[in-house]
Amino acid sequence: MIHQYKSNGYNIVLDVNSGAVHVVDGLCYDVISCLNRQNRDYTAETLKEPSVLEFLEQELGGAYIVSELKEALEDVAELTGAGKLFTPDCYACLLDEVKERKTVVKALCLHIAHDCNLACRYCFAEEGEYHGRRALMSYEVGKKALDFLIANSGKRRNLEVDFFGGEPLLNWQVVKDLVAYGREQEKVHDKHFRFTVTTNGVLLDDDIQEFINREMDNVVLSLDGRRKVNDRMRPFRNGSGSYDLIVPKFQKLAESRGQERYYVRGTFTRENLDFSEDILHFAELGFKQMSIEPVVGDETDPYAIRGEDLPAIMEEYDKLAKIMIEREKSGKGFHFFHFMIDLEGGPCVAKRLSGCGSGTEYLAVTPWGDLYPCHQFVGQEQFLMGDVDDGIVRPEIADEFRSCNVYTKEKCRNCFAKFYCSGGCMANAYNFHGTIHDAYDIGCEMQRKRVECAIMIKAALS
Amino acid sequence: MKHVKTLNTQTLNNTVKKGGCGECQTSCQSACKTSCTVGNQTCEQKK
Repeated sequence: MIHQYKSNGYNIVLDVNSGAVHVVDGLCYDVISCLNRQNRDYTAETLKEPSVLEFLEQELGGAYIVSELKEALEDVAELTGAGKLFTPDCYACLLDEVKERKTVVKALCLHIAHDCNLACRYCFAEEGEYHGRRALMSYEVGKKALDFLIANSGKRRNLEVDFFGGEPLLNWQVVKDLVAYGREQEKVHDKHFRFTVTTNGVLLDDDIQEFINREMDNVVLSLDGRRKVNDRMRPFRNGSGSYDLIVPKFQKLAESRGQERYYVRGTFTRENLDFSEDILHFAELGFKQMSIEPVVGDETDPYAIRGEDLPAIMEEYDKLAKIMIEREKSGKGFHFFHFMIDLEGGPCVAKRLSGCGSGTEYLAVTPWGDLYPCHQFVGQEQFLMGDVDDGIVRPEIADEFRSCNVYTKEKCRNCFAKFYCSGGCMANAYNFHGTIHDAYDIGCEMQRKRVECAIMIKAALS
Repeated sequence: MKHVKTLNTQTLNNTVKKGGCGECQTSCQSACKTSCTVGNQTCEQKK
């Protein structure tokens, strides 16, 4: 499978099955396009057959002379021979292995507090309560969750625990105690805990900052960008804005971590489709690691992204990509999570086929110890998998998540971005289609665009 | 090659044989929490 596109003056060819990315001239772009339309399984040998050049002459003879076409075709044949173009799909044979694989639990999202001191309008956790009651996780439940993780992690050494909410800082003593327990247990069991925390920053102070810097591998700082954008969606419960209180704390924390191992993470909605301005605002505030995600909401929500918003969003991503290139060249670069792509050292195929890991390798734990496939399924009783006392009592849920991959989803199978998103968010698929074996279409459109932009940035900076 | 500049040397199919150690980060833990992005993850073996 080949995906080719033009972006910011670059002609880009992605050989999907090998992951090879080529920047080509106009002639070569047209030659590949013509060949690709034939839908044949080319090899270096078949490309050398005289009929192929004749075909190109027929198709492109008006624009190029034969010697040029021949030269470009030689390049194409060489790439094909090297396994970097027209690469056949050799992954279908791995699918049974992926479906039948023995998975271990390697990551938990601990809902340390189903309560929040903000009242964000778009909160999927319903201001921290997740369709349920306000609650804080006790140390005992958290301890059992860590024990469950260790017991179910097999030979996996690196274990991830995210302190999530609601707002985790509302239950900070338990976070500290659980980190201490984890550090003790990792020695006993030869494991290594990577703790992370996601916070709105309201309660952040010097002591908490010091603890985060000492113990947390990553910290996600929730902020939406410009003051008016942030305060419209992320007010306190009394309606006042949170920006002025939070921003200086986040700036200080980011600086104290050497501008690494954190993300300032925002959400954009249809009320700020000019979200590149929010990202640039982050940059102006001095942040270097940032993420702005499209909101996911019911179509009836006034702020939800609609299909009709997509052209504006695509333009915005293009605009952002160009700005990032210029800033990088002038020494003022920053990382935008969704444009980060590792073409050389990225994940292996097994990882790309197995997706995000929800329901199998990654589980969410509620304050009272119930286990769900991920934080987004919390509160939906049909996805309740078990609890920290009895473990997984409904393994059929894990089996369903394990069997779901880019080859089992019709929409993913022929999508060029399948090895970059790995099938997308299963919770989004379920929320929009009532099944995890589908895909959230608007999200897919945006994902494809982001992959294209990410690759174009690589081309521009190579 | 006169008409082509290839951006990467490593190809996906090369990871078939040695891949799958499972030590890498879980996708959703890093920053997103509302989407799935795998392509930007780092392979633990190559760190």
